[in-house]
Amino acid sequence: MRIGYYPGCSLQGSSKEFDESTRAVLKALDVELVEVPDWNCCGASSAHALNHDLSLALPARILAQAEAAGLTEVLAPCAACSSRLMTARQELSNHPEKRAEVEQAIGMPYAGTVKVVNVLEVLNRLQESIASQIKAPFARKAASYYGCLLVRPPRVVDFDRPEDPQSMDRLVTKVGGTAMEWPFKTECCGASFSLTRTDIVAKLSGRILEGAVKRGAEVIVVACPMCHSNLDLRRPEINAQLGKNIQIPVLFITQVIGMAMGLEPKALGLQRHLVNVVFEPAAV
Amino acid sequence: MSSGHRHVPSVNTLRGRVEAATGVSIAKCYQCGKCAAGCPVGDEMDMPPSRIFRLVQWEIPEMEERALRSEAIWLCLSCETCATRCPQELEIPKALDAIRAESLKRGMVNPKAKKILAFHRSFLASIEREGRLFEVGMVSDYKRRTGDLMKDVTVAPKLFLRGKLGLMPHRIKDRAGVKAIFKRVLGKG
Amino acid sequence: MSRIGVFTCHCGENIGATVDCAKVAQLSQSIPGVVHSVDYKYMCSDPGQRMIQEAIKEHQLDGVVVAACSPRMHEPTFRKTVSEAGLNPYLCEMANLREHCSWVHEKGEATTEKAADLVRIQVEKVKRDKPLQAIHVPVNKKAVVIGGGVAGIQAAIDIANAGHQVVLVEKTPSIGGHMSQLSETFPTLDCSQCILTPRMVEAAQHPNIQLMTFSEVEKVDGFIGNFKVTIRKKARKINEKSCNGCGLCIQKCPNKKITDEFNEGLGKRTAIYVPFPQAVPNTPVIDTKNCTYYKTGKCKICEKTCPTGAIAFDQEDEFVTLDAGAIVLATGFKLMKTESFPEYGYGKHKDIIDGMQFERLASASGPTSGAIQRPSDGKEPETVVFIACSGSRDKSKGVPYCSKICCMYTAKHAMLYKHKVHGGKAYVFYMDIRAAGKNYDEFTRRAIEEDEVGYIRGRVSRIYEEDGKLIVKGADTLLGGLPVEIKADMVVLATAVQANDDSEALAQTLHVSYDTYGFFAEAHPKLRPVETNTAGIFLAGACQSPRDIPETVAQASGAAAKVIGLFSKDQMTREPIVAVVNRQAGPTFSNCVGCFICQSACPYQAIESEDIKNRAGVVMKTVARINPGLCQGCGTCVATCRTKAIDLQGFSNEQLYAEVMAL
Repeated sequence: MRIGYYPGCSLQGSSKEFDESTRAVLKALDVELVEVPDWNCCGASSAHALNHDLSLALPARILAQAEAAGLTEVLAPCAACSSRLMTARQELSNHPEKRAEVEQAIGMPYAGTVKVVNVLEVLNRLQESIASQIKAPFARKAASYYGCLLVRPPRVVDFDRPEDPQSMDRLVTKVGGTAMEWPFKTECCGASFSLTRTDIVAKLSGRILEGAVKRGAEVIVVACPMCHSNLDLRRPEINAQLGKNIQIPVLFITQVIGMAMGLEPKALGLQRHLVNVVFEPAAV
Repeated sequence: MSSGHRHVPSVNTLRGRVEAATGVSIAKCYQCGKCAAGCPVGDEMDMPPSRIFRLVQWEIPEMEERALRSEAIWLCLSCETCATRCPQELEIPKALDAIRAESLKRGMVNPKAKKILAFHRSFLASIEREGRLFEVGMVSDYKRRTGDLMKDVTVAPKLFLRGKLGLMPHRIKDRAGVKAIFKRVLGKG
Repeated sequence: MSRIGVFTCHCGENIGATVDCAKVAQLSQSIPGVVHSVDYKYMCSDPGQRMIQEAIKEHQLDGVVVAACSPRMHEPTFRKTVSEAGLNPYLCEMANLREHCSWVHEKGEATTEKAADLVRIQVEKVKRDKPLQAIHVPVNKKAVVIGGGVAGIQAAIDIANAGHQVVLVEKTPSIGGHMSQLSETFPTLDCSQCILTPRMVEAAQHPNIQLMTFSEVEKVDGFIGNFKVTIRKKARKINEKSCNGCGLCIQKCPNKKITDEFNEGLGKRTAIYVPFPQAVPNTPVIDTKNCTYYKTGKCKICEKTCPTGAIAFDQEDEFVTLDAGAIVLATGFKLMKTESFPEYGYGKHKDIIDGMQFERLASASGPTSGAIQRPSDGKEPETVVFIACSGSRDKSKGVPYCSKICCMYTAKHAMLYKHKVHGGKAYVFYMDIRAAGKNYDEFTRRAIEEDEVGYIRGRVSRIYEEDGKLIVKGADTLLGGLPVEIKADMVVLATAVQANDDSEALAQTLHVSYDTYGFFAEAHPKLRPVETNTAGIFLAGACQSPRDIPETVAQASGAAAKVIGLFSKDQMTREPIVAVVNRQAGPTFSNCVGCFICQSACPYQAIESEDIKNRAGVVMKTVARINPGLCQGCGTCVATCRTKAIDLQGFSNEQLYAEVMAL
């Protein structure tokens, strides 16, 4: 299998381990990743916050680059990136008049032929292959945390179900874990407010961490760099706000699968988390 | 007999401009409050999305200004919870994007939203410069804009030690191309 | 040479403000064959009609065109007018200057010209009209009522009391419908079963009513006054005549853990069962899907127990075909399921129930004998949240309409809870309180003011479970959309009223219209609310749209009155707009060559074959003949006839060509 790959900015910086573990796992599963040539930032939450046209043009350049490279499908592991790419793609396909405008802005042709997929979709396709390579079952009680953008808005992403999704839980089960029933799978963590309104992030992410720990989770599994950095990197602020010392590790789904497949911890970037990857029976 | 004519809001009103830009029918909001009920930052907002829609429905400057000057439009996280559950299937975050752009254009940004606006500007400036986000550069630019120099001074070394902070930007080759996009798009408005 | 009169109506401002009616009258004057043309403000008024009658006499008119509104309403009026003046009523035609012209165009010359064209078309038609005679058909004075809920029971009793035979068909084992499941009824809080049971018994014992429970309508042929209804009597596996209703079989049935439909899944029943103690008839049925004997071939305990030998394992479905003159559709509704609410947990929380489940909890005949106990652990809930408009007025759930009954029954539920659980807290989330009806608003105010139910104006976004409580996240829009959170022990969703799953199939069986949501369509939303667009089929109750008991009963009596009116005559007249196969002298006898393609095309089975014989009785030719009683005048046969042997009376090919050529 060969698929286009758009890592996005976070996966080159603060969420390097998501990139490393995605590449490592997919390589072990015989998936060839073809990086979109000379890709740019998708504009994330800031472009659409200030200028709608920019929020179309930046993703369009990425997709146009992918088209030029002959790709038909691009994996964007970052949930924010995949959401922005899918949103722009849908709007340009619904409004052909905007397509011409955007082509002019990016100075290259855009046909809209490249499909964008998130990491859960790709991994779900590879379920059986994953199952056949399990070396060390991930026997942990895991809280799958999807966040917002993997499943919402359903009219754009058309993936899994918008409330209480199941695709990550399926993968966790497949690698030997116990997928936990809990109500905060798609609650917002505070997303891009990490820097500007750390107080809001601490509150929202705190609620999620507490909810998982309270129900006996040993690990939180994510598939979005923003969710990860809010739950991991902002742990000191969260703990300060809660007045608690929650030490539950937060892993990317690719790391969980990689661990179960017996890949090297270093290759999965486990050492890069702020909260050490140590599983302790959760304090209820 | 009804005349059969549909009211088309004037582009001189905020409602008209939001509808033209986004296709979101402001008139459909019937104030059920489901957006407010599920909003993760509902507690923080000075007014919930439903109230912003109500203000825009008035189509008079006094009411529009209240919406444009609200802090709430800047607090929206675009988590899409409201749009997913809205019984009228309104794409609320999309409408808020348009109202926010209008607020910025007309210089009506709520003072409490300064930091958030600064963040977005630093973020976009970084992309405009490098083609991709350069986190260290973006954060220092943000600190310069807000004067919040002590922000995260303790977390940075930890990130550096874990190899998460690149001190040099990952520039793309076609930086001129990305700059041109900014120029064409932003120059237009 | 024709002598046509044209009468142009202003319909007040409706036509007059847009069309220059005087000019239309003047232009019509010059159409060949028109000898008289006038305009008048209201042609349907008494003076207007008199004007037509006088003109017929004065000018010896042999055809009349009334240029006014749609024929839907006033064609019968004007036909009666001309017939009173001695003209055959089918020599009167209408040009529709209102719906086809003034209402859909702006004022202007072109509009007036179009109006004149519409008149010209009808003048050409009326010139070619032939005098027709109304068709008389006998009326079979037996009614079939489909659906044995309160609507069907009421309609059946009213028709039967007028002396006519009624067959009441119910698909479940007992009549009673949803009303038999209710605890108390608003706004009086009287016990539902106490008022319904006597009616059920009355229906069962009425000499003119034949109950057919556990039965479904399979097929309907024929037309008003002369329907043929085929009913499937599903096998009860019980000999109804032998069964004495002692109930021993039910006591002994070892299979006791089957989900109980009557209790909305909150209780259990046996495989041989009557749905509820007051069921009518009190004859059990065997649930063959769950019965041990049908699954394994062993058991038959009921057969051994039955003192009258009434168990009949080999019984098969039976088909019964009845002749009937009228049909009343009273098939009721269903409620949207809690599974349809992703944001409230897709129905996975046991303590999130729907309104009908709450009725069963509150009912003395219910699984808890009327004690309010939550389904998960049987505990008495200390806090209950009721959510109105659950799925109703919600485009995203496919139900943009108001379900009408929820505001009232939610107030009732909250009240019943407060009456039964002293010190309990009840909250109602609502969008608007729609309590229009006698003593209705007073009732909801009583819930708020006397029973202190907390009403919160806002929708609930999410419900999830935490520490054994249901966290209900809503907003108070009267406080500007302030988010509120209630920790509840039980949540009751007033889920949307929807058409039954099989309503569309049934509508197709009966050839009646239905709306986008599967509710049966009335013939006119204001003036013919209990009739369907198929003559002789009437509507009662929530199968037409959501409605409460008083309205349902009123409509059922309305439908019964229509049936009784129809049955008041031995014969009924029908419009002679039917197809006719031509006849002529031998040796051709008819253009018909006897291919009978028309027979397979006819949707109403109205075409039969006829032998044309000579005086000696020898068959000369076999041709098609159309039964005027069955023909609905749709014209399909006319279009399929390859030898142009068929014409539709009043709409002949010649007339239609002439109309087109007049343009």
